[in-house]
Amino acid sequence: MAKLIIHQDKVVSNPEELISLCPFSAIEYNDQTLSINAACKMCKICVKKGPEGVFEFVEEEVVKIDKDAWKGIAVYVDHVDGDIHPVTLELIGKAREMAQKVNYPVYCLFLGHDITKKANELLYYGVDEVFVYDDEELKDFRIEPYTAGMEDFISKVKPSIMLVGGTTVGRSLAPRVAARFRTGLTADCTILNIQENTDLDQIRPAFGGNIMAHIYTPNHRPQFATARYKIFSAPERNSEPSGKITVCDIAKEKLASKIMVLEVKEKEKVQSIEDAEVIVVAGRAIKKEEDLKMINELAELVDGMVATTRPLIEAGWADARKQIGLSGRTVKPKLIITCGVSGAIQFVAGMNNSDCIIAINKDEKASIFDVAHYGLIGDIYDIIPKLIEKIKDNGSVFLNSVMQ
Amino acid sequence: MKIFVCIKQVPGTNEVEVDEKTGVLKRDGIDSKMNPYDLYALETALRLKESHDAEVQVISMGPPQAADVIREAFMMGVDGGALFTDRKFAGADVLATAYTLSQGVRKMGDPDIIICGKMTTDGDTAQVGPEIAEFLQIPHIANVTKIIETKEKSMVVEMEMPTTLEVAEIEFPCLITVEKGIFQPRLPSFKKKLATEDREIPFYSLKDLEDQDEKQYGLNGSPTQVLRIFPPESNTEQEMWTGSGDDLAERLFNKMKEMKHI
Repeated sequence: MAKLIIHQDKVVSNPEELISLCPFSAIEYNDQTLSINAACKMCKICVKKGPEGVFEFVEEEVVKIDKDAWKGIAVYVDHVDGDIHPVTLELIGKAREMAQKVNYPVYCLFLGHDITKKANELLYYGVDEVFVYDDEELKDFRIEPYTAGMEDFISKVKPSIMLVGGTTVGRSLAPRVAARFRTGLTADCTILNIQENTDLDQIRPAFGGNIMAHIYTPNHRPQFATARYKIFSAPERNSEPSGKITVCDIAKEKLASKIMVLEVKEKEKVQSIEDAEVIVVAGRAIKKEEDLKMINELAELVDGMVATTRPLIEAGWADARKQIGLSGRTVKPKLIITCGVSGAIQFVAGMNNSDCIIAINKDEKASIFDVAHYGLIGDIYDIIPKLIEKIKDNGSVFLNSVMQ
Repeated sequence: MKIFVCIKQVPGTNEVEVDEKTGVLKRDGIDSKMNPYDLYALETALRLKESHDAEVQVISMGPPQAADVIREAFMMGVDGGALFTDRKFAGADVLATAYTLSQGVRKMGDPDIIICGKMTTDGDTAQVGPEIAEFLQIPHIANVTKIIETKEKSMVVEMEMPTTLEVAEIEFPCLITVEKGIFQPRLPSFKKKLATEDREIPFYSLKDLEDQDEKQYGLNGSPTQVLRIFPPESNTEQEMWTGSGDDLAERLFNKMKEMKHI
């Protein structure tokens, strides 16, 4: 059993100093005795930074699992009625990249109804084997039958790593199955890498993106990780399929559920900013609602979508679905132009994986410039109308040359 | 009807920094608050209390000072609550946290509905709710956006799916996690504050739980380990442009043309 011990006899310095070692205020000093309370996160900072010998971390040998019994990287196929969510392809790309390093196969797990034919499409992305569970009980996503399907797959195939898209379905299913196997799960990983000993390096933001944490699962398999859409890059579609499809059977009684899906409604059709290749973002420098017109015009000219920061949503100038950031959407367009956005960390966390970030802001100290590839120090009311003019002129020059 | 709501005390701000040299988290003071997403879970429970005469209890795990968020829940109108606090729970990851809370639920009785917020603002994982449901072997629905109907032995809810909205009926006992915006959370009431000031909050530790195997809790019960924490990197190749509006517009235009966006 791992625990922290305080050697009271070695305490020579001021207890206040020792208390201040802990970032979680878990060290207490009462009745001449130092103790650790329930706020302890076992971060061991007191052991590393404290005076020698005062804090000790004692660990008992744990029984090591046989990591060789688990092989391969599996990707859960996120879909609605067989329409595969693109995050699946991005995870396949990442899985292939890691699998190469340790000579692992890449698997897909496809659960649903009337999907066997659609599984074929996955073979164009370099997957070795697609495991299909096709049953009418799996028609709509319900937690118990989907958990049973994934459990069955993991028990049979024993993948070392299970990657799941961070969609509303993935974030419900992955924890359920991880808990069933009593194994670890790291949510919303932004960097994934595999060690030679097959341990998965999982790096994710915490505290709203203000710190990054490197997490691993040293003694449990499978290793579960979820990643959001647009974090990794999807591979190119191959011209020829490869790999095979294996249709699996599962006992009907395992697919029983206490949930009944009564209705599936279409969400209002708005193209989501997550799918846009180009995004123009309106920030707090926009003085009034009608000034959004120039942002809209610029976005239209470059075939992009408009997004905003939180204050504009709060002002009621835009739909909440257009908000980028931790409390909004995460985007990864090819180009993002931020117009008068200061770059609060909550916003940046939702867009800093964009391929190219161009920021326009009057304040040269604005934190958006920390992440921008190109930072323009200037007034959006000056630059944007001029840019729009130039693009329009260019268009007419182009049109003229075509007409001639 | 009996409803449990799981709540958590989180840091008052996310403005934390990491000391690059030492890898230590820099935190000013110990300012803390109730996880904002939990307010929606509480409001959902309180609406059911009013419409269906439900009894609402809150459960939290954390250091002794986390009792503050239970007090706050009292001020909103919940009937009671307990804190699960023990050094042996320290260092818990998602699995160990969910396991501890599931043991806490067992300790407190048999609820018809357990309601959790969508996620917390410090961990951001949104995973604890579904794992609690697994440990209790009850069905769950995450990302509930609407409660359409509550019946004697089941409820009908609307849930958010990647591209659709689903309406589903779920049998009790069950767990739901609710989206923010499901209801507007009420403010704590001063009157309720006075009325609940003396209400006791039981503190339970490992020895009060059904499963007292230390290996299931805290760091020992956590399959994932944090290797290190570090500050986020900013993009490395950066150019800053200054000049007149005309110059900047011209350069930007050329750059966008070069990137084939124009």
